[in-house]
Amino acid sequence: MIEVVRKGNSRPEMVINMGPQHPSTHGVLRLEVTLDGELVTHVRPHIGYLHRCFEKYAEKMDDYSKVTPYTDRMDYVSAINQEHGYAIAMEKLLSIEVPDRVEHIRVIMAELQRIASHLLAVGTFGLDLGAFTPFLYVFTEREKILDIFEKTSGARLLYNYICVGGLMRDVDEDFKKDTAEFVRTFRPKITELQDLLSYNSIFIKRTANVGILPEKVALNFASSGPVLRGSGVKWDLRKNDPYSIYDRFDFDIPVGKGEVGTLGDCWDRYIVRVHEMEESCKIIEQALESMPDEGDVQQNVPKKIRTKPGEIYSRTESPRGELGYYIISDQSSKPFRLKARTPSFVNLSVLPAISRGSLMSDLVAIIGSIDIVLGEVDR
Amino acid sequence: MSKTTQELFDYLNAAFPEAELLHESAALGDSWVSIPADAWKEIAKFLRDDQQMRFDTMMCLSGIHYPDQNLLAIACHLNASEKGYKLAIKVKVPEDNPVIDSVESVWKTADWHEREAYDMFGIEFKGHPDMRRILCPDDWEGYPLRKDYVPQDSYQGITTKYTEVEESHD
Repeated sequence: MIEVVRKGNSRPEMVINMGPQHPSTHGVLRLEVTLDGELVTHVRPHIGYLHRCFEKYAEKMDDYSKVTPYTDRMDYVSAINQEHGYAIAMEKLLSIEVPDRVEHIRVIMAELQRIASHLLAVGTFGLDLGAFTPFLYVFTEREKILDIFEKTSGARLLYNYICVGGLMRDVDEDFKKDTAEFVRTFRPKITELQDLLSYNSIFIKRTANVGILPEKVALNFASSGPVLRGSGVKWDLRKNDPYSIYDRFDFDIPVGKGEVGTLGDCWDRYIVRVHEMEESCKIIEQALESMPDEGDVQQNVPKKIRTKPGEIYSRTESPRGELGYYIISDQSSKPFRLKARTPSFVNLSVLPAISRGSLMSDLVAIIGSIDIVLGEVDR
Repeated sequence: MSKTTQELFDYLNAAFPEAELLHESAALGDSWVSIPADAWKEIAKFLRDDQQMRFDTMMCLSGIHYPDQNLLAIACHLNASEKGYKLAIKVKVPEDNPVIDSVESVWKTADWHEREAYDMFGIEFKGHPDMRRILCPDDWEGYPLRKDYVPQDSYQGITTKYTEVEESHD
């Protein structure tokens, strides 16, 4: 596990293996860390432990609609957003218009999922740094969202709910009431979280001025989502390249400001997620108000979709950042090539660049603040 | 105002008249610009630094295999966050000599994406600082996303092929 390398007369460097089974790597990520005392001189991430050949499977499925369950399993904590992205890509390719009611339900579900995903992210981030209590608080809230999902789609984690051309089934009759009730009770909980975790002085000491990601580096690495916005870049695909019906809603894009430390540090990435949950609440409220009560939730899409040759790169804003699907179709009923550009994969590649020179214990904070899901990194 | 691929192509073609660029499209979806492999790196730098273009991020780089034409290719999707342009680019190389210049020094995203294309398609990127497999183990044989890929029978003594185990019924 530990290897000591001595170069000339310099101090010995130590190579330590962290993971793949390690509580703070959020899954099966292995890091080869070179240390000079307590200081990290180099990090080499090794990924692929969870590789399941998603792209090969997609080519081998005999139907486009059969790919949806596999997209769920990429980022298993925000499955709705993955399905949403895939459905949008296919609808763009086939020029399918989706009814207004479906768009509203999709947006509400996607924003609920965003809240659930961010709750998990901030909860486990606190847990990595030794704050156990907030984790339990956020899981109570996440549970309520999962209950809504269970009532609507029948599943709690992997939904297979949004399909090409519509939804698997209509929402249950309590959906509007439940969701409105959730948003009403959830708002005060964000304030509670701010008191419990965000402005806790130990938490600030562990995260402020740690793992600073400058704006230019973030753009060059194509970071996206809260990682990019934490560095002060106002970039959100829901605003900058609107898809679905996001252009109808009024919401802000929270960005990092270097409030307690330097712009682009771990705390900034964290606080962007907290503020984003508030914005998601705003979107849900507006969508609930304008959602049509009646209407078909399935378009007249054939069971077996046949396409013409074509190509599309479609991107959506998943909780972790830009989720892109690059689909090449041919005359058959399955994709010729399907590439998923997943935000975690790209965000993780910035880790060696921002952890150089930090303390070994800060490396845990940096990984937590990037918020990776290994299912999505390895696909 | 956002520009279409056609407008971006015209501008690029005027800047590189001898590079034999092509503007291509299919029946559905978006069109793309085809760039010969030997001009790719130079054009990539131009796309990033030119004041009219400023493609500051590469969103995605994917490998593609065209078995009918014996070609391997990469598709790059670029984004200019300031001007709001998007551009798709394809670089095609023959199957028997799949070497493309690495653009890792232009956009850092290409680092892991090029490793993935190498891992899955066997496309080699010249000038990449760390050309290793990324998702498969280092000693894996073959390139899984090629259309003619046949999985190896065993990996380090472990059978890789799935065989149905016959159940005994009493």
